[in-house]
Amino acid sequence: MSPLSERKMRVQEKIVLRIVGKGLIPFILLFALYVQFHGDYGPGGGFQAGVIFAAGLILHGLIFGLDELRRAVPPLVVEIGIAIGALLYGGVGVVAMFLGGEFLSYGVLDPHDPAHGQHLGILWVELGVGITVAFVMLGIFYAFAGRSQR
Amino acid sequence: MSSMVEMILFAFLILLTIHIATLRNLFAAAMLFGIFSLLSAGLLTLMDAVDVAFTEAAVGAGIATVLILGALGLTTSEEKPRLIHGAWAKVVVISTGLMLAYGVLDMPAYGDPDAPIHRHVAPHYIEASEEEIGIPNVVTSILASYRSYDTFGETTVVLTAAVGALLLLGGAKPKPRTVGDPASDGEEAE
Repeated sequence: MSPLSERKMRVQEKIVLRIVGKGLIPFILLFALYVQFHGDYGPGGGFQAGVIFAAGLILHGLIFGLDELRRAVPPLVVEIGIAIGALLYGGVGVVAMFLGGEFLSYGVLDPHDPAHGQHLGILWVELGVGITVAFVMLGIFYAFAGRSQR
Repeated sequence: MSSMVEMILFAFLILLTIHIATLRNLFAAAMLFGIFSLLSAGLLTLMDAVDVAFTEAAVGAGIATVLILGALGLTTSEEKPRLIHGAWAKVVVISTGLMLAYGVLDMPAYGDPDAPIHRHVAPHYIEASEEEIGIPNVVTSILASYRSYDTFGETTVVLTAAVGALLLLGGAKPKPRTVGDPASDGEEAE
């Protein structure tokens, strides 16, 4: 057994870490969603939300072990998620083109109220950024942590 | 009062940087990098750049520290003593720093309303974004709508970075095993 996995075993036995982590992680994930969807009104947006969401999941992985996290979020989901976010972003642009506007000009998404179209566009685009960033961070963590376990 | 706080934060940043440069223990250096990011986030908050401060705190103090710790797990926590004394390296670093400081002298003063950056498109964003986009956070309006191409490019950069990291570090999932294929059997022997 490598030194790192021994250290990880020791971390997993810490009862305080486990209890506090278990209580805290749902709130971190919820806070990430708040940052994601409240970015129009306060500081934050897709990038920050994605990072915070990934941080919550990585915290789970550090406390309960990489295998637990891999069971919760399989690596295949991560790899697909990385692409889905960017595709969602580009997709919003293409939809705007089909509706008669330019690429990524959201005004046409709602023909009656351009400002509302902008709202919709920003919401979807930020969601795309959030999805990509969250899964990218998780994927890089998997790559690092999985290497040390091999 | 706030300029006093800024001065103290800047002083701490400089002290931290010098300390990190002389540290041999990589674990302590990683932790101090996290503190550095957190102090930077505090500074940015004082400068009313809350969106940037938020990103700095989440990325610099959060994810980056975790990833550095993950990388540390693959190596030792103590830096190897260097054989070559880096006198030339010090000269290069210090002279580059002095040149950068000299270049900053040419920039407009902090908060100067007549600075070129405040006279181009910024007034339009501040005055018209409420009507054109209809959301209160101007930073989000600029990032996600006015400068949407840039943000799309950034998302693609993040995607590309992840693809590169996954390819270099061996991917997120274990190697698939193909049974009975002589070519792959040879590779598995390593």
